[in-house]
Amino acid sequence: MPRKADVKNKTMKSPETMISLVWRRFRRHPGAMFGAVILTILVISVLLAGLSPHDPEISDIKNRFQPPSWTYLFGTDGLGRDVLVRVLYGGRVSLTVGFLVVGISLSIGVPIGSAAGYFGGWVDNFLSKVIDATLSLPALMFMILLAAILREIDLPILKSDSKITIAVVLGVLSWPTVARLVRAVFFTFREMEYVTAAKALGASDLRIIIREILPNGLGPIIVESTLGVGYAIMEESTLSFLGFGIMPPTPSWGNLLDNAQEHLAEYPWLAIFPGLMIFLTIISINFIGDGVRDALDPYKILTQIDE
Amino acid sequence: MTEHSDQFLLEIRGLKTYFYTDDGVVKAVDGVDFNVNRGEILGLVGESGCGKSVTALSIMQLIRKPGKIVEGKISFDSVNLRELPLEDIQEIRGNRISMIFQQPQTSLNPVITVGDQLAEVFEIHADLNDEEMWEKSVELLRTVGIADPEQKALAYPHEMSGGQAQRVMIAMGLAMSPELLIADEPTTALDVTIQAQILDLMRDLRNELGTAVILITHDLGVIAEMADWVAVMYAGQIVEQAGVVPLFDNPFHPYTRGLINSIPVLGETKHRLADIDGVVPNLVDLPKGCNFAPRCKAREKYGLSICEEINPDLDEIMPNHTVRCWLYQDTEDHKAPLKP
Repeated sequence: MPRKADVKNKTMKSPETMISLVWRRFRRHPGAMFGAVILTILVISVLLAGLSPHDPEISDIKNRFQPPSWTYLFGTDGLGRDVLVRVLYGGRVSLTVGFLVVGISLSIGVPIGSAAGYFGGWVDNFLSKVIDATLSLPALMFMILLAAILREIDLPILKSDSKITIAVVLGVLSWPTVARLVRAVFFTFREMEYVTAAKALGASDLRIIIREILPNGLGPIIVESTLGVGYAIMEESTLSFLGFGIMPPTPSWGNLLDNAQEHLAEYPWLAIFPGLMIFLTIISINFIGDGVRDALDPYKILTQIDE
Repeated sequence: MTEHSDQFLLEIRGLKTYFYTDDGVVKAVDGVDFNVNRGEILGLVGESGCGKSVTALSIMQLIRKPGKIVEGKISFDSVNLRELPLEDIQEIRGNRISMIFQQPQTSLNPVITVGDQLAEVFEIHADLNDEEMWEKSVELLRTVGIADPEQKALAYPHEMSGGQAQRVMIAMGLAMSPELLIADEPTTALDVTIQAQILDLMRDLRNELGTAVILITHDLGVIAEMADWVAVMYAGQIVEQAGVVPLFDNPFHPYTRGLINSIPVLGETKHRLADIDGVVPNLVDLPKGCNFAPRCKAREKYGLSICEEINPDLDEIMPNHTVRCWLYQDTEDHKAPLKP
């Protein structure tokens, strides 16, 4: 369909789209805006990590364990490496993994949840059992096991210490949550009259799933996704902290914390800064998620249309 | 309905649609026969719960669990719709048979613009590019009487009034110039002045496109205004069928009479509005014999016992006028008290 810009001679104010309405409400939510600002700063800093004069991996023993100063804003670690630049590079890992995991869990979870919720019956029975089975796996144990196996097997594509592997492992464990959510959405919306009306116009099931129901269910899915990034970052940090995720010398927030353990009393900055980054990232993501959820709340929207 | 020399457009024979619920089997449609000719408006009238909507959904093959079309032939242009595979049904829906629903605001997807929803009909059934679909959609909106259609096409359903939304539904229903339009209470959710406009629109479009219409309503006024033929439904069955004028001039079935008598007449003074005693039977637990018997004053008046024993069949007691009632039919043990 042509975009609004193609329509000439518009004399009326153009009608409000869902997106602009949602954005307007999001902007008014103080927590959400705070979260958005913090996250934006974090992402930009992480992307600009290469501007630092310090190298994240090359050792510089004579400068080890320096406290924070003007040269080393976050201090240095046991091998004399600048903590700030390592934290920023670590941020790349964590954020990349975070978004990849959500991408994977959406790619698996949305189709499966849609099918289960839309068709019901034996399709739902079967898929629900798959979902429940996956959910019942003890996550941490499974991740450790999988990471350990991949390290032994050494597959060409899935290196045990690569971001992709971690993301795949985490994604495979987190898709069921998304699927459950999408399934619930579909159970609700498939009874809507516009679905029947669409069928009466000859729409196929696939068209109804994609064009009629999914756009309506985006709200909860988006919120779950923003939260999912947070969870994934936590899980990656946990994995790396336990020694099963990203391996040194590549920094990740998790393995930075791991290395900081032994020196917690003498050189606390080694743990404070990575910890702070994790905290800030997850809090800002959660605030954004809150904001999106409130902005998409249909009851509030329907009563506020005239504002 | 009159026997035309060419085929009926739609022929329903012995349609039975039941719902298998935890409380029992709901016989929503229990043996319905009627025909629709090309270009004709058939009014399907009855109270809430009499099975009119379920009949419509059955024709469109839109009945889902726990409902099931148990029996019957649904013949559209000589093809039995019940025997067609899903793709063929989807090909017919929206294209040769369209259905529009009662609540226009809920029949439209709230997060998609009106123009896009209209274009979907073309996406499904026609082979046009974006430009052509846009133009056709705008043209269609203009035809159904929406002012400033280019602008309105970019609007969302919640930005339109009920009347406008219903016009959009009609536009979507008629986009592919179907041979049959099923309108399920199209004006019930609208106020009376808008109702008149919508009915006029439907009649004009029918005249222009030659579309046959099954108009489902509980409003006899709408029937009188629009329909060529009328079928009156009660508790899942048709109890009377006739041309619109003969039906109003000469209603035979006590239920039809009750319905017509309960309409207040302008200028006439009454102390009490007439109504029909009793309530519609529970479709899970239908009475033995005629479904209307418990409420029927005529049965009492003529002291008929057969009504509570055997359900009468539809009988053509005058040319093109059928009634399902023991007042007009004989059996060996029963003499009809009112044969015309």
